[in-house]
Amino acid sequence: MTLGTAYFYLCALLAVGGAVSVVAAKNPIRCAMGLLLLILSVAGLFLALRAQFLAAIQLIVYAGAIVVLFLFVIMLLGPAASTPSDRRGLAARVFGGGLFGLGGLASVTLVAQAARAAHRTIPMPAPDASFGGIEAFGSVLFSDALVPFEVSSGLLMVAVVGAIAVARGRQGSHSLSHGEQEVARAATPHEPLRPLHPGVFSHELPESETTERPA
Amino acid sequence: MIPIEHYVVLSALLFVIGGVGFLVRRNVLVALMSIEVMLNAANLAFVAYNRSHLARGVAHTYEGASHTGQVLAFFIIAAEAAEVAVGLAIVLAMYRLRRTVRSDEADLLRN
Repeated sequence: MTLGTAYFYLCALLAVGGAVSVVAAKNPIRCAMGLLLLILSVAGLFLALRAQFLAAIQLIVYAGAIVVLFLFVIMLLGPAASTPSDRRGLAARVFGGGLFGLGGLASVTLVAQAARAAHRTIPMPAPDASFGGIEAFGSVLFSDALVPFEVSSGLLMVAVVGAIAVARGRQGSHSLSHGEQEVARAATPHEPLRPLHPGVFSHELPESETTERPA
Repeated sequence: MIPIEHYVVLSALLFVIGGVGFLVRRNVLVALMSIEVMLNAANLAFVAYNRSHLARGVAHTYEGASHTGQVLAFFIIAAEAAEVAVGLAIVLAMYRLRRTVRSDEADLLRN
């Protein structure tokens, strides 16, 4: 077994392990860690496929932004992020998921057997040295793919505005953020400033839960 | 040299795992992560096929090897970042409204 083959199988094993732990782990933090493992190993496979720039983008955007965003939300929700397990609708979910999984695995096996029986692999011509580097990739991105590139910037802009609008909710006294509440409280001179409650959502908890905690 | 078929079979396997997770799990956060797994599998297939199809057609302005699959994977990553931002905002709004992140309790639009 050559080094490249060993590298592929190591990355493939880690990717499958990460995907399985995303799907199977009870704790959402472990799911996020499994996603991180999957992303790192897929970036390793990108390197083996001569997509160096894409591997770097994968690490920056996925591991640096998306997984961190997931972790932020999981920790913001606290214990509510992990749902208690109950049996409601379990049969339907397992039936649907099992049907999809068995069908998918059967089709994967059929395709793999057909590829093995064909005795002819897809040719892999050797690319030139600049293939997949940032220069060649950027030349394509700013010539052939210029219009989708500009459109994707519009997509990201709309997504940012939409995320702020959805996450902020209706404007009113109830949905004032923590800092805005403190500013409003400080603006009224008769009421003394109270210390901040712990946690972002804790001002929406019942009073008994917030006063229990040590300051 | 690993043949492309290995990458494609691995990608299909990852896609199936992510799809099963999306169908079986009820936690909205885990369902979003399963979508991430599926999109990563699609990216892997795009990049693997790009590795074996280097020839270009005539309608391209850039002269060199084809990067079509890699550019598609790049746009998928961009779309996925947007999807995660909006999806997590919806999760937070749903938690604020219903105090839960379970997908089967999001039934405001039912009936």
